[in-house]
Amino acid sequence: MLISIVLIPLALGLLALVTPWKGARRGLLITGAVCHVIVTVVLGLLRKNAYQSGAWIGLDSQGLLFLAITSVLFLAVAIYTAGYLVRDSGRKVLDSVEGFLFSNEPEAVFIACLLLFLASMSMVCISRDMGLLWVAVEATTLVSAPLISFHRHHRSLEATWKYLLICSVGIAIALLGNYFLAFAGHGKTHLNIDNLVAGAGLLDQTWLKAAFLMLLVGYGTKMGMVPMHTWLPDAHSEAPSMVSALLSGALLNCAFLGILRGHTVLTAAGLGVFSGELLVFFGMLSMAVAAAFMIRQTDYKRMLAYSSIEHMGILALGVGLGGLAGTGAMLHAVNHSLTKGMLFLVSGHMLFTYGSKKTYDVHHVIKTAPLTGILWLLGFLAITGAPPFGTFLSEVTILKGMLESGRWGVAAGYLVVLGVIFIAMARVVIPMAFGLPKKEEAVEAFPVSKKEPLWFAGPAMVMAVIILALGLYIPGSVWKFLGQAASMTGGF
Amino acid sequence: MNMWTDIFILSLVLADFRLLATSRLAAVIQTTVLQAIALSAFMLTMADRPWPLLLIFLSLVTLTVKGVILPWLLGRAMREAGVQREIEPIVGYSASVLIGMVLLGLSFLIFMPLKASVSIESAFLLPCALFTTLTGLMMIVSRKNALTQVAGYLVMENGVYAFGAALAVEEPLLVEMGVLLDVFVAVFVMGITVYQISREFDHIDTDRLSELKD
Repeated sequence: MLISIVLIPLALGLLALVTPWKGARRGLLITGAVCHVIVTVVLGLLRKNAYQSGAWIGLDSQGLLFLAITSVLFLAVAIYTAGYLVRDSGRKVLDSVEGFLFSNEPEAVFIACLLLFLASMSMVCISRDMGLLWVAVEATTLVSAPLISFHRHHRSLEATWKYLLICSVGIAIALLGNYFLAFAGHGKTHLNIDNLVAGAGLLDQTWLKAAFLMLLVGYGTKMGMVPMHTWLPDAHSEAPSMVSALLSGALLNCAFLGILRGHTVLTAAGLGVFSGELLVFFGMLSMAVAAAFMIRQTDYKRMLAYSSIEHMGILALGVGLGGLAGTGAMLHAVNHSLTKGMLFLVSGHMLFTYGSKKTYDVHHVIKTAPLTGILWLLGFLAITGAPPFGTFLSEVTILKGMLESGRWGVAAGYLVVLGVIFIAMARVVIPMAFGLPKKEEAVEAFPVSKKEPLWFAGPAMVMAVIILALGLYIPGSVWKFLGQAASMTGGF
Repeated sequence: MNMWTDIFILSLVLADFRLLATSRLAAVIQTTVLQAIALSAFMLTMADRPWPLLLIFLSLVTLTVKGVILPWLLGRAMREAGVQREIEPIVGYSASVLIGMVLLGLSFLIFMPLKASVSIESAFLLPCALFTTLTGLMMIVSRKNALTQVAGYLVMENGVYAFGAALAVEEPLLVEMGVLLDVFVAVFVMGITVYQISREFDHIDTDRLSELKD
């Protein structure tokens, strides 16, 4: 039953690879996304039956949370992709930076890889075994590489190469972490999370610490933690926008899940302070470095990519502190994924409308394409944590958690960085939305098209509404669920 | 038995030095075959005879994937890209070997305090596995040729696998198979990307992949 969440997209993906009809392939993509949402909802409701201790796969609170995020985001991306492919299919596209024409990769491979990507991310979410988790995370790297090189030109190939090599090396280090975990259990414990947690007292502490370091570096590379983040801005800026949305909103979370599992084991073994402090340190570092690169950023897709690094830092920080901050981090994962997914879809549409990724080429969006402009502004407010959006609520919850545990220094640094990022992003976004073009540039920066089709606006608006709703009211049962998810990582 | 384990592990280390010292891609690929043979043979020596059927199977699959299929893929990519050797490495070959010696020493130092907690027959196993991993990393960062980097990834993965091989008896087969499958697909996808790079750029030196930055 549970495995169907992996098998359905897998089967549809393979089918898409051999289907010769364009329309049918796009239909398969939408079908896969819808089925995935339905299965996730059903699994969420039947959760009691889906989880057995000691099994290879199971759906715990963390897994369900990340699975749900992935599922919703993928549905939005699938609708966008179908429209995008109808628009761009078969034509040569003008490159935005250097002005040459390029064509896209075979569409069949693209759609198949999207579905396989969904399958592998679902596998990550339901793995209850560190070995299986590793296999699934590595699989996500491999099936997403062709997605990044969908536009066939030299920059996308460069981005793909960096992504492939850096992430594969990172993941190999995570595998070393897995083996160290096995050494910690004297080679006799299976790497099942339940077994590891149950027998945590007997694990060798030195090996356990080494194992966590390796897992942190390994999955941290995939998650975009500074200083292993170098692939992320390149991949996010060169990939098609819906792929960036998936990478940022779903893939980074999946990699984070790997670190969370390691943190769970260390907490059970009484080393929660060690792993928690490491997470806090790397979280703060990621936030600070991302902020530094966001100041004066001239490429708006790169800006969004750095913003993802920042938010991954916030997640690590919240989980590292535990307690209320941990619950806040779980809520933040939801908010970040939806907001960033929406922002990337909007940026994709702006890229099409203006034909440029440079912030100074985009003017007066609010007039040219009103809906895009409004969504861009709303997304900016939401991602920087302005009220009344969900991100505000989660960031404040994390702050409250810091203050409750008396971490004044961390709280101060957190607030300063968030402030800097707000100003840095405002300086980019506000001129894009309201600024008028300079006279001499007006001719060449004229928007290509003013249409705002439903396949773009629909998913983006729905996501905006969800983020707003999350900021206004969260039912008690959801808080309880988030707390449960956080408690498995060491927040009590 | 113990003697054989040591011999195979030490041949892993010798192969590492050959990898660091050579500029010819064909030699690099041959050496990865040698490593695969050493790796799969030493997995067998870790268990008592008669060897469990699963272990023999695993060893054979390792040999097939790492010793036959992957080198074949690399060799094909090499012919398609028309590249015979690394022209200008970032770190020279003699310097690489010297750094390799330092790394080997470090690997032994790192495992001094950790050794006591595991009962592994050979004292060489963990340091040498770590050294192989580091050699792979070294190849990735100090060489420019994309194919040498892929081979470096393969060597690094061999090192990590050697850690795992120490536990081959305990690890579930499914995971080991998954790891092998992933490595296979990784090299496959990397090979395709190298091919695309060579078609787009007319070369596969990664130092010229440097347009994307802040």
